[in-house]
Amino acid sequence: MLEMDKINTYYGTSHVLQNVSLTVRAGQSVALLGRNGAGKTTTLRSIMGLTPPKTGAIRFEGTPIRGLPPYEVAKNGISYMPDDLRIFPDLTCEENLELARRVCKRPGYWTREKVEQLFPVLADRRKQKGLSFSGGEKKMLSLGRALMMNPSLVLLDEPSEGLAPLVVRKLVETIGEIRQHGLTLLLADQNLKFCKQVCEYGYILEKGIIVHEGSMEAIWANEEVVKRYLAV
Amino acid sequence: MESFVHVCLAGISAGMFIWLVASGLTLIFGVLRVLNFAHGSFYMLGAYLCYTCLRFLGIDFWLGVIVGPLAVCVVGYVMERFLLRRVYDLELPYQLLLTFSMVLIFDELVKIIWGAGSIGSPSVPGLSGSLMIAGRNFPVYNLFIMIVGPLVAVGLWAFLERSWWGKIIRAAASDREMAAAIGVKVPSLYTAVFVIGAWLSAVGGALAVPYVGLLTTGMGEAIIINAFVVVVIGGLGSLKGAFLGALFIGLLSSFGTRYIPTLDMSLTFILMGVVLLWRPQGFFAGVDR
Repeated sequence: MLEMDKINTYYGTSHVLQNVSLTVRAGQSVALLGRNGAGKTTTLRSIMGLTPPKTGAIRFEGTPIRGLPPYEVAKNGISYMPDDLRIFPDLTCEENLELARRVCKRPGYWTREKVEQLFPVLADRRKQKGLSFSGGEKKMLSLGRALMMNPSLVLLDEPSEGLAPLVVRKLVETIGEIRQHGLTLLLADQNLKFCKQVCEYGYILEKGIIVHEGSMEAIWANEEVVKRYLAV
Repeated sequence: MESFVHVCLAGISAGMFIWLVASGLTLIFGVLRVLNFAHGSFYMLGAYLCYTCLRFLGIDFWLGVIVGPLAVCVVGYVMERFLLRRVYDLELPYQLLLTFSMVLIFDELVKIIWGAGSIGSPSVPGLSGSLMIAGRNFPVYNLFIMIVGPLVAVGLWAFLERSWWGKIIRAAASDREMAAAIGVKVPSLYTAVFVIGAWLSAVGGALAVPYVGLLTTGMGEAIIINAFVVVVIGGLGSLKGAFLGALFIGLLSSFGTRYIPTLDMSLTFILMGVVLLWRPQGFFAGVDR
């Protein structure tokens, strides 16, 4: 479904991603692992067209998308939950959700009612402005907004970050529910245990280079890799 | 007492023209993050094109108020689409240079097309008389302007708060990158916002035709300076600030001219200086968009 072939991305003159290649198959859930500053966010931003790679190829469902502006990427069916969540602060919860659906114009399973069933708290806070939300609520709203675009691939940046263990457990269930509706996921996260619960396959990034890949079980079992690339 | 009421009324009506220019200026800044020096030129072009409609094409003033600003929308479209778009990613001085050069170009174009001299402006059918207010005559047209200004404010507020277009504009103003990531075609949105801003300013100019009495190429610069003061005081990007600021500047210069004529023009700048020292972000920055 998504193939990245040797992409190189720069911030100014610093060469952030170096020949990064990865594949996400339809229906799969794939993790991008690595320490802070390894290039996980940049990888997601490169796919989304927010930080366009200088070279390399990105194909999504067979269409080349490298160099497309973010709104074209979104309309092709990729949605994005950034690590800082980026709720539109002066729109209400409902408006944040509906705007995504109206702008993206992709028909599909997800409607505001469906998203509110998934996250009941969003129904309670329907008319409140995004600015007043707690961190966890913002996360649900940002994820809900990504779903409202009815994408076929969702990019999630640090979904488990800053959540209490109990909430992370809930998130694992939620992601399971989302996947039942045929969504493919690519998520960047530092929480190896969480990734093992929600993903089948993983890539490990270090200093902008893919240094290891494998099934999540294999990564989990490989103590040397975990110690070398992931232990803090 | 009589003169006090009249000075107030004159100030409010003058403020409404500044508001129409400042509203577009602040809207464009809020979304595009570009300070458009040439915004006063849209006001001037709106006035000249409206005047042309009624003097040379022989159409009604009211039709001129519609047609003139629509023509300015085309000018605004071309300017954003083919010039401004090239400088968004450059540093601020490039944007200022470009929009300032547009001021000079528009001024010269107006001189070439309409001549260097001022042209007398006509009276408006239906609104040319005056009313007795507080013992003196006050032009009906100025009262009409005092109604139009707030109506535009309410209309603009409703558009931004209630319509989905307005919500998209607010979303992009607060976070253009995320707006693009949910599928907002940001370049088209920028063009649309720029054209709306140009239209607001041009409507101000068209409506100013009977008010100012004389059309001159300097009218654009005169109003843009006031509009800049207004948006600085009100807070860049804030429509509420622009409305209240325009009202305030209108009143201040009206009272200044009447009671302290020696300070007249400098009063607004003194005020701006004080505000900048005391509250550099303006009074409404960050309160709304």
